[in-house]
Amino acid sequence: MRVLWRVIVKEFLQIRRDRKMIPVIFVAPIVQITVFGFAVNTDVTNVPTVLVDQDRSASSRELVERFVESGYFEIIGSGERAAEIDRWLVTSQAQLGLVIGQGFGAALASSRPAAVQLIVDGSDAASANVALGYASSVTREFGALVEERRRRAAGAPPVAVGQAVLVPRVFYNPDLKSRWFYVPAVLAMILMVMTMLLSAMGVVREKEIGTMEQLIVTPIRPWQLLVGKLLPFAVIGVFQMILASAVTVFGFGVPLRGSFPLLLGLTTLFILSTLGLGLLVSTLVQNQQQAMMAAVFCAMVPMIYLSGLIFPIANMPPAIQAVTYAIPLRYYAEIIRGVFLRGSGIAVLWPEALTLFLMGIAILTLAALRFRKRLD
Amino acid sequence: MKRLRAVVLKEVRQVRRDPFSLMMLIALPAFMLVLYGFALNFDVRHVRLAVQDRDMSAASRELVASFTHSSYFDLVATPAAGEDLDALLERRTAWAVLVIPRGYGRDLAAGRASPVQFLLDGADSTTAQTVLGYARALVSEQNASLVAGALARQGRRAEPPLALDPRILFNPELESTQFLVPGLIGFLLMLTAVLSTALSVVREKERGTMEQLRVAPLRTWELILGKTIPYLGISLVATLIILLAARALFGVEIRGPHLDLLVAVLLYLFGALGFGLLISTIANTQAFAFQAGLIASMLPAILLSGFIFQIRIMPVWLQVVTYLVPARYFLVILRGIILKGEGLATYWPQVGALVLYGVATVALASARLARREA
Repeated sequence: MRVLWRVIVKEFLQIRRDRKMIPVIFVAPIVQITVFGFAVNTDVTNVPTVLVDQDRSASSRELVERFVESGYFEIIGSGERAAEIDRWLVTSQAQLGLVIGQGFGAALASSRPAAVQLIVDGSDAASANVALGYASSVTREFGALVEERRRRAAGAPPVAVGQAVLVPRVFYNPDLKSRWFYVPAVLAMILMVMTMLLSAMGVVREKEIGTMEQLIVTPIRPWQLLVGKLLPFAVIGVFQMILASAVTVFGFGVPLRGSFPLLLGLTTLFILSTLGLGLLVSTLVQNQQQAMMAAVFCAMVPMIYLSGLIFPIANMPPAIQAVTYAIPLRYYAEIIRGVFLRGSGIAVLWPEALTLFLMGIAILTLAALRFRKRLD
Repeated sequence: MKRLRAVVLKEVRQVRRDPFSLMMLIALPAFMLVLYGFALNFDVRHVRLAVQDRDMSAASRELVASFTHSSYFDLVATPAAGEDLDALLERRTAWAVLVIPRGYGRDLAAGRASPVQFLLDGADSTTAQTVLGYARALVSEQNASLVAGALARQGRRAEPPLALDPRILFNPELESTQFLVPGLIGFLLMLTAVLSTALSVVREKERGTMEQLRVAPLRTWELILGKTIPYLGISLVATLIILLAARALFGVEIRGPHLDLLVAVLLYLFGALGFGLLISTIANTQAFAFQAGLIASMLPAILLSGFIFQIRIMPVWLQVVTYLVPARYFLVILRGIILKGEGLATYWPQVGALVLYGVATVALASARLARREA
């Protein structure tokens, strides 16, 4: 036990001595979560729209007003002809063009078919889709309003038709703020990058500096060396997690509905596998450069894209969905969002927790086995 | 010129001697494109829907059918009355629950409005918003056909509704892949270019061979150019492979002039390599170079470049920060050339910014290198 303690102390001393590492460890998580937390936002509001109103009637003006009042669209310019809109879209200054053709008002007044044209830059498909949805509901409501007025003016009897009214009740994120969904994801991402790099570099560095031999000739057992090296990193990881969670909750107002101790506990399970992966990488390579490349390309980037943190797993083709089951971050993503947004407890999250635990143990064992061979 | 060639040759040899890193730089970006190109997708389909039909009338069955027959929803559960609907959402069994109240059919027949509840897991707000849009559209279609039916029974015809006639440019199928793959290219190039140069200089420092280079009769610019050219070549090969893969697998075709694309890629790589050099002049250890390179290039290229998250809706101070991220400019150009079929001339402000960025980083890096030599 005393030997283990020595190794831990040595490791902390080494971290402290590397002056540039201290800010990386303590300041970086806060800066990152702040900067990226503000960046992650997919709410579709104030879509820059160019207006071509060839009708210039009271109806066309009213329709435009409805568009602006909805809060989803912002008129940033106007033109005379529909062809002018292309310029705005090509340079990405605007995403939408709203064209109201001549005779729009007259057609509405005489209940002939009237149409508004919407020219959409479809390259950003996700936001284009949402904007299109908003535009069609604004148009639909306006159309219904005009029809109602016309009917009343004509004194026609109202048509009694039963209608289904959709009453949505949104759980966990009632205002549909994308930030609530993505900020916990950034938190998980930072935690993963930090802990994995620390452990990957920790071992390779000793190899490169040549102090690994010294460690081997000391009477430290391999497991003591391993635990002694990894434990400080785990402590740092949990500490970073607490810092970043504070920013998430107090800075971004993301609700923490579940239990924080539970989250910390499950975070340690996750750290098991990131530290293990880092260690595994370090046993497979010769120098720090290779260690970093392998850590980034083979572990971090896949984990970011395939974990469901940003891109929903359900949208992926089945073959790739199968791959995601092998990614620890996938389970941690479920956990972190479960605890933060859904207020889930262990009763719901135990399958993820168990999987993370088993994965962590398996990866660590594998890494330890390879690690020992090198020591012999 | 001869000295420059010597440096290039030396660097190429060094790269060749490390086939592991070379493979990482060339093959991995293409591999990642293939893997992630399929994974990056915001197109919402097959929403897991649970339906609780408390009415069991012809009308309610018709509404349910309109949901389940659309390609958007998959029926995963039909909870009986009294079952815990919240648990379905919390356990992620279903993303949305449609609850049709008792008396729905009777209300409709009597010409009354009938509320239909739609419980939705809002945690993933983007998906939730799309799902809500689908549900609204399906219900209003259902209502339109109810109105048409009622009018027809009275011998009247429905008046033509106000129509929205959307024309979708550049990506008519609204496939998110078309938008995301160019973003991915920008990300992958940034990552490989910055890291490879940053590490190559720092490695020389760590091994002590930097001193040898310094005492060699080399000018600063020869050293810098010599160290940059091989990685520029590698990155270009990687780009070519990526573009071919994007075309073959995702149907992302380059609609604009190819030469303009090449120029844009060269400008971008120039800036990225310059940035890598700059990091390497600041860092003394590979560990630090790597951390700095990663934090300053990888995460911003994902989060601050407009790759996934629109810059327009960020807070102003953060928008100012994004002006320092070269991927921001590159993505506008890349998407313009690939998706919109435009040439470089359209994007002259972005091109100017890339040039400025490249010149600034290389100048800063050489200034720092030169000062150390003095």
